[in-house]
Amino acid sequence: MTTDVNAPHVLEVEDLRTVFHTPRGDVHAVDGVSFSLAAGETLGLVGESGSGKSVLGRTVMGLVASGPRTTVTGRVRIGGRDVHALKPAERRRLWGPEVAMVFQDPMTSLNPVKRVGTHLTETLRRHLGCSRTEATERAVDLLRQVGIPEPARRMGQYPHELSGGMRQRVVIAIALACDPRLLIADEPTTALDVTVQKQILDLLASLVAERTMAMVLVSHDLGAVAGRTDRVQVMYAGRTVESGPTRPVFDVPAHPYTDALLASIPRLDNPPHTLLRTIEGNPPDMARPPAGCRFGPRCAFVTDQCREAQPEAAVVPGGRAVACHHPLSRSILEGAGDGR
Amino acid sequence: MRTPSRRRRVDVVFWLGMAWLTVVLGAAVLAPLLPLGNADDSVKGLTAPIFASPEGLGGAYPLGTNNYGLDVLARVVYGARTSLLVALLAVLIGTCVGGLVGLVSGFVRGTTDRVVGILSNALLAVPPLILLIALGTVLDPSVRSIAFALSLLTIPSMVRLARANTITVAQREYVLAARALGAGRLRLMLREVLPNVVLPVLSLAVVMISVLVVAEASLSFLGIGIEQPRPTWGNMIAEGQGGVMEQHPYIVVVPGICLFLTVFSFNLLGEKAQQRWDPRSAKL
Amino acid sequence: MARRFLLPLLELVAVLFLVSIGVFLLLSLVPGDPAIAVLGEGRTPQEYDALRAQLGLDDPLLTRYGDWLGGVLHGDLGTSLVPPQTDVLDRIARAFPVSLELAVVGLVMALVIALPLAMWSAYHQGGRADRAISAITFGLLSMPSFLIGIVLIAVLVNTLGWFPRNEWVRPGESLTGNLSHAFLPALTIALMEAAMFTRILRNDLVTTLHEDFILAARARGMSPLRIMVSDALRPSSFSLVTVLGLSIGRLVGSTVIVEYLFALPGMGKLVIDAANQGNYPVVQGAVLVIAGVYVGSNALIDRTYGLLDPRTRRAHA
Repeated sequence: MTTDVNAPHVLEVEDLRTVFHTPRGDVHAVDGVSFSLAAGETLGLVGESGSGKSVLGRTVMGLVASGPRTTVTGRVRIGGRDVHALKPAERRRLWGPEVAMVFQDPMTSLNPVKRVGTHLTETLRRHLGCSRTEATERAVDLLRQVGIPEPARRMGQYPHELSGGMRQRVVIAIALACDPRLLIADEPTTALDVTVQKQILDLLASLVAERTMAMVLVSHDLGAVAGRTDRVQVMYAGRTVESGPTRPVFDVPAHPYTDALLASIPRLDNPPHTLLRTIEGNPPDMARPPAGCRFGPRCAFVTDQCREAQPEAAVVPGGRAVACHHPLSRSILEGAGDGR
Repeated sequence: MRTPSRRRRVDVVFWLGMAWLTVVLGAAVLAPLLPLGNADDSVKGLTAPIFASPEGLGGAYPLGTNNYGLDVLARVVYGARTSLLVALLAVLIGTCVGGLVGLVSGFVRGTTDRVVGILSNALLAVPPLILLIALGTVLDPSVRSIAFALSLLTIPSMVRLARANTITVAQREYVLAARALGAGRLRLMLREVLPNVVLPVLSLAVVMISVLVVAEASLSFLGIGIEQPRPTWGNMIAEGQGGVMEQHPYIVVVPGICLFLTVFSFNLLGEKAQQRWDPRSAKL
Repeated sequence: MARRFLLPLLELVAVLFLVSIGVFLLLSLVPGDPAIAVLGEGRTPQEYDALRAQLGLDDPLLTRYGDWLGGVLHGDLGTSLVPPQTDVLDRIARAFPVSLELAVVGLVMALVIALPLAMWSAYHQGGRADRAISAITFGLLSMPSFLIGIVLIAVLVNTLGWFPRNEWVRPGESLTGNLSHAFLPALTIALMEAAMFTRILRNDLVTTLHEDFILAARARGMSPLRIMVSDALRPSSFSLVTVLGLSIGRLVGSTVIVEYLFALPGMGKLVIDAANQGNYPVVQGAVLVIAGVYVGSNALIDRTYGLLDPRTRRAHA
């Protein structure tokens, strides 16, 4: 690789915007998102379904790129290279060795008519140019690394012969095949049984740590993100509403939306029979977003100012940022008192 | 945006096709009333020039004459009459018989169903054109018997479609509910099931029309179907064989274009019908 | 095991049995006297009677059917009524390879045309090429094969002289001669099938290309061509296989027409000539053989689902 090894960040995203041109009008699925990620760092990308986090993941990777029905602006640098300025063939060369993706549903993201082994070996041979036998050896090794028993036998099986958890392990093995520096995990546990979810998340966390990869963990499951990410970015309607180190953001959310999200999940330390809060209403129609703050129509603290002007991200002490006209004062005070 | 304009363009083609069908059907029905030349009287044709070139609407032979001196325009119109009559008659027979048999067999199930299944499989076991040729050895080449032979082609697929739809519908809850309320079998079949089977069957019928127009034309082209001098598009096209077409292209081009446009228009109609009435079968 | 292989086989035999009854009954209804067909007009009544007795035409229908079926099971399809009064089986054995070659070459041509077109069309879904291909194939589907054939002959053979005129060279005599004579007839057969295949495969490919595993394959850095061929084609080919099965009936039909058009000595020509002459033993035999091959190949096609989709292997195969 010709990339600069000393680059401070594996991933830099600057003012990224993804617009889909649909018959109903332009949909601003990602609307000005910026962040960066260093090697060994894990970023959680959270939000409701439809908040644009999956599109963001795909745009970062370059799977969603400008075309007849899509316009991508802004900049994504992976290992210092501007993904969206590359030619398609050059971009494909990044996918695998530089950045890889773990998809949501292992039932559908593996080709049903292809053997497990083929998925792995064709990736290895494409990028590393290794021989058939070498690729097979490495593939078996990769399956072992992701905790699949009897890896040699699994190579010859078809995806439908494996359980959901095993399949997701296969998907992870494929993603890791070419030792990427950045892993984008798009809702990697959503389609799995609850009992398996934790195993897969722990596996991802340990693999990332072993290889000092950078990982973007896209999830609507705050619990999944809470313990396993360094930083978190809360998305709403294509924009970042709040970002910062995971613990402080979850302990003392500054944005009403983050607060509402957190309040809508059950916690062990709640007293029994606590009513879970739900967020009224639905995420906005992205072809016709509301004026002003996009969360405004659903926000308990909405004011006229919110309805008129879109709040810009304001830096809050503690490496945090929040895009709100009226951040929750409690957290601001505590955040300020934190003194970091 | 792109989508609406595209839809509009497709619709233009569709309506042009329907306009063509209207013209052809109209001409076919009204043929005896139209001021047309000599279509099939080869004795009278002896006095007319043979292979007269098309002269346009003003001339005596607007689309020319064939080797018997028969008027090509008149023949193509009467050809439409024969071709469409045969195809429509065959589809009508096939739809009624096949639809009914499929409905009953899907509703009654059991032995009846099995026997019907084997019989229709046996019909399907002979490739359509071979079946027609075999029938052609026996049947006299009249409109009625050709229509009967063609209807045999449609029956098995009609039976299958009607049967499959009947079975699905018969398991729906409202039918079960009606059954639980003590509705009689016949009543159940006619009131609850039939209405749900009619539309898919009709859409297949429309598709079948174009298939049968082609089949009829193929048969008469091979000289097994309706015979000269009575014109059909198939035997008119056959006149172009043996070097005639190179000298007088219109002999093939005129009936060829009519056949193509008609089949094309029926295909458009069939596609629309299937999309609307039987989306599951609308694969093409 | 028994259910998997025996039952379909039994059904196949039952269907063929019914076909044999149908074919026999149908052709025993032939108007006109076969004896006249054989001997021609103007013989003595005694001569006709003798021949009728010899052909077994005086026996009851059931006996005649039994005799015929017995013969069929022993590989004896009877003798042609019309001179040369050769063995029907011999005639079929000479004609069958011609038709088989035409049909197979036609089918292969159709696939060779259809696969790249469908992939190109699906890859550029909604684009100009896609729409053009869609329009052309829809048009081709409305072109009966005899119309295509007669135009191709007039233009390519008679006017431009690119292809040899009607005659047939058996592959044993000259392989290149055989292929040059088979090319145009096979192309005539192939065009309509190709149009059908292209449309169906394109639609399936478009559906498949929206699947997650295609996105996943892209994310692994696979090239578009490789994704098309290795990831999209196989899952998309189920309905193609179904259509292949259905298309065989049409394929037989086009082969018959093409043989007639190009005057090639195949099964189609055999059947048509025999039908026109009222030569019913030939028609009977030929129809039975064609039906057998047709039903058999359809049964074979059913088996290939298992090869294409490992998920159905246990349930289906």
